[in-house]
Amino acid sequence: MMKCGVVVFPGSNCDHDCYHILKHVFGLDARFLWHKESGFGDLDLVVLPGGFSYGDYLRAGAIARFSPIMKSVAEFADRGGKVLGICNGFQVLVEAGLLPGALMRNQSQKFICKPVHLKTENFDTAFTRECESRPILKIPIAHHDGNYFAPPDDIQRMEDNGQIAFRYCDQDGVASEDVNPNGSTGNIAGVFNETKNVLGLMPHPERAADPAWPDLDGRLIFQSLISAS
Amino acid sequence: MLISPPMLAKIEVTLKNGVLDPQGKAALGALRDLGYEEALDVKIGKLVEIRLDGVSESEADRRVREMCDKLLANTVIENYKFTLTPQ
Repeated sequence: MMKCGVVVFPGSNCDHDCYHILKHVFGLDARFLWHKESGFGDLDLVVLPGGFSYGDYLRAGAIARFSPIMKSVAEFADRGGKVLGICNGFQVLVEAGLLPGALMRNQSQKFICKPVHLKTENFDTAFTRECESRPILKIPIAHHDGNYFAPPDDIQRMEDNGQIAFRYCDQDGVASEDVNPNGSTGNIAGVFNETKNVLGLMPHPERAADPAWPDLDGRLIFQSLISAS
Repeated sequence: MLISPPMLAKIEVTLKNGVLDPQGKAALGALRDLGYEEALDVKIGKLVEIRLDGVSESEADRRVREMCDKLLANTVIENYKFTLTPQ
């Protein structure tokens, strides 16, 4: 059975949601990992959940990335371990340099909480293989700092290497400026590292994965991880 | 070794050219609405002040640079510059 750890930073607030989905909806072996822990033994997946670690002080994720556990997360990722960063977890991963780019304040300056449509750009990864059955996902976002930026050369390199995971789009899959909620370069909602074992995304798949709720597209990301393990 | 007096590092962190500054843009709009038509561009950044003691000036210069690179600025999107003043 897949063994999962959910990191808890001071200020994480989607940690229980992620734990609930992994443990109770998918019946996986899941446990919390306190950010002060320096190691976590044998795991298949580490989730960095959403929230406001360290109150988003300085920049979102900037202080959490120096939590002791992040050294173990980096080593785990180096060994090929799967790391999923959601929202604030994505911000922590870019600050830590485990993913390229940066996440800036939304172009509108507003906190945005709403369902969005996403187009999966690369199905050939452990996180997205099950998304092929449903290429347009509807998953909620809830963030203030989700405006993805990377210099043009980096974006090109990421495109060439299949590192763009998801783009904001309309319900037909068209990724236009009109459906870009936060000003992200190229409507980018999620990216992989070079080796595709680390995914960061702003939308919250754990908020669309419990059958008690009508929207279930987030399940496909967890199901991909399970079928890949 | 020569020990310098306590120093104050004043660090300015600003967005790099070419990175959209929505806060600056919003403030510019508001200034122009207030009638300040001479305002052409607004950039909003951060000021960080750090009191330092027990380091020489050259060591302080090196270490403050390191603090900026590691933590205080995100060099993907931000530039920084700083001054060191004896206190």
